[in-house]
Amino acid sequence: MSTPTRTPEAAAASAPLRTGRRPLPRWFTAAVFGALTVIAVVLGRVTDLDVVALVLLVAVVGTIVVVSVTRAVEDGRKATDQFVTFLVYGAFLLAMVPLVSLVSTVLSKGLARLDGEFFNSSMVGIVGPGGGAYHAIIGTLIITAITALLSVPIGLMTAIYLVEYGRGRLKQAITFFVDVMTGIPSIVAGLFAYALFVIFFGPGVRMGFAGAIALSVLMIPVVVRSSEEVLKLVPNELREASYALGVPKWRTIVKVVVPTAIAGLGTAVTLAIARVIGETAPLLVTVGITNATNTDPFNGRMATLPVYAYYQLTQPGVPPQYGIDRAWTAALILIVIVLVLNLIARLISRFFAPKTGR
Amino acid sequence: MGDRLFSGSASAAGLLILAVLAGVAVFLIAQSIPALTANSADLPGHKSLAAYIGPLLFGTLLAAIIALIVATPLAIGIALFITYYAPRRMAQVLGYVVDLLAAIPSIVFGFWGIAWFAPKLVPFYQWLAEHAGWFPLFAGPASSTGRTMLTAGLVLAVMILPITSAISREVFTQAPALHREAALALGATRWEMIRMAVLPYGRSGVIGGAMLGLGRALGETLAVAIVLSVSAGTVTFNLISSTNPSTIAANIALNFPEASGLTVNVLIASGLALFVITFAVNFFARAIVNRRAEFSE
Repeated sequence: MSTPTRTPEAAAASAPLRTGRRPLPRWFTAAVFGALTVIAVVLGRVTDLDVVALVLLVAVVGTIVVVSVTRAVEDGRKATDQFVTFLVYGAFLLAMVPLVSLVSTVLSKGLARLDGEFFNSSMVGIVGPGGGAYHAIIGTLIITAITALLSVPIGLMTAIYLVEYGRGRLKQAITFFVDVMTGIPSIVAGLFAYALFVIFFGPGVRMGFAGAIALSVLMIPVVVRSSEEVLKLVPNELREASYALGVPKWRTIVKVVVPTAIAGLGTAVTLAIARVIGETAPLLVTVGITNATNTDPFNGRMATLPVYAYYQLTQPGVPPQYGIDRAWTAALILIVIVLVLNLIARLISRFFAPKTGR
Repeated sequence: MGDRLFSGSASAAGLLILAVLAGVAVFLIAQSIPALTANSADLPGHKSLAAYIGPLLFGTLLAAIIALIVATPLAIGIALFITYYAPRRMAQVLGYVVDLLAAIPSIVFGFWGIAWFAPKLVPFYQWLAEHAGWFPLFAGPASSTGRTMLTAGLVLAVMILPITSAISREVFTQAPALHREAALALGATRWEMIRMAVLPYGRSGVIGGAMLGLGRALGETLAVAIVLSVSAGTVTFNLISSTNPSTIAANIALNFPEASGLTVNVLIASGLALFVITFAVNFFARAIVNRRAEFSE
């Protein structure tokens, strides 16, 4: 967006011409909100009003004051513009409230049990204090690894098909339904995996592999969409140069296109893993929960970190506090894993991006 | 030779995805047939399948619509903030921050909802029940835990903000620069420029984004399962009491682990209903967003 440039003289000349009045000084808004904040802090000390109420008070009163003064001193259009600006800023700040409060709540409640024992012990024979999520962390790693092994090749090959080979109806259909598939509710993916495995293993089947299938249904479309975007960015000149040297198309893709896009593909896969690693619902219906460490994804229930957190919160045992503490620590570890994966994804795309001059 | 093998496996991967999508429908239908054909006396609660799924469907739609109503204006505001209001250097970083909301697992939202958000809303609900109790939505009596339909809807609203605002952001940045600059050159204020040049251009993107958000809200499971305090079979528009209808997804999560026999098939049948609804919503949302994309290219 480019703002129209005006010389100071032109601005000074045009403003009085239009309104006959001088515009409000730029510090006016800041001054109003600053003064209101001071009043609010004093009010908070004197009365027992809630912080939320005080913040709302400052926002509403400040908006009314600034907008009505603008209307009086400048004109109605400026006042409307000012009002919308406050609304837009307010919307963004409001959206930050959940994020900040969520992170701080999980931090404050999760740190209590963030100790060595949490990472070293399972829940076998644990009643009351102690215990940990070793078995759940192992389970999450195994199931996520299987999910990635299934999803990345299928997703990547589909993206290659869409970018390099696909044309006509089939390409359109695949693109469209991949998009629709990103919206499948995670619990439905879990039910699908259960309905599939129940045919072979009978009612009540629970195994890690079924969970991996369910997560793959969720992960594949994400991998396809993001790696498709990345592959599209590879300049056509590189492909043409390779063809001109007589290299067949598939070797061009394997040796030129994919290596050029490898950083972006790494980002895509990392973000897709971050998306599924915290999924709870599909694992709840396909993998279940157990107290012991089970490393065999084809045999019986496994514990996973999200499901572990869910059961520790909803069925904490007696006395409940120990289970609830474990649940919050598991939630904290989940958030840290997801945030670290997001960070890694950004770093990959920043430091390993190809230098194509674009 | 290698070429044919490679292109063959690439298109096989593409076809596999279509097959999986079809498979989801086929296997869900196959496992719901016992529930669909069963005598209603054998079903849980001894009532017909429709009577079992009906209240759940009502709860699902109610929570999702609350989320949609709250999240859409906020998402438009956020998208405008990032595209046209925030300082240019900060805009990208702020975009990442909003995307982080999308990265946080559903279950953690549930934890946050029950531990931080719901208790904060209790005084607000009491106030509503006292002063707006004549209005059917706020009839009360107010829940003392805050685990109400309105809380669930608000948590869902937070969860769908990122997808709705991401799609809106995309179309807002695509609004033609010439139109925007022309509006500013004619002396329009920033809001007038947005109203005349950006919003008309972005309308279908906003609608599509809101519908994608609706699809997410319909299928959200764990956050609702943890936050909402449910009573089976309830149908009520009272948003702030402790008696609430459950949602399809939350009901499956709460009952599937201990279910056996026909109950499993009933739950899968309700999952099939959820799949059909979300598929339809996503289908039309994508159709709207894609038509926009073709038009703008």
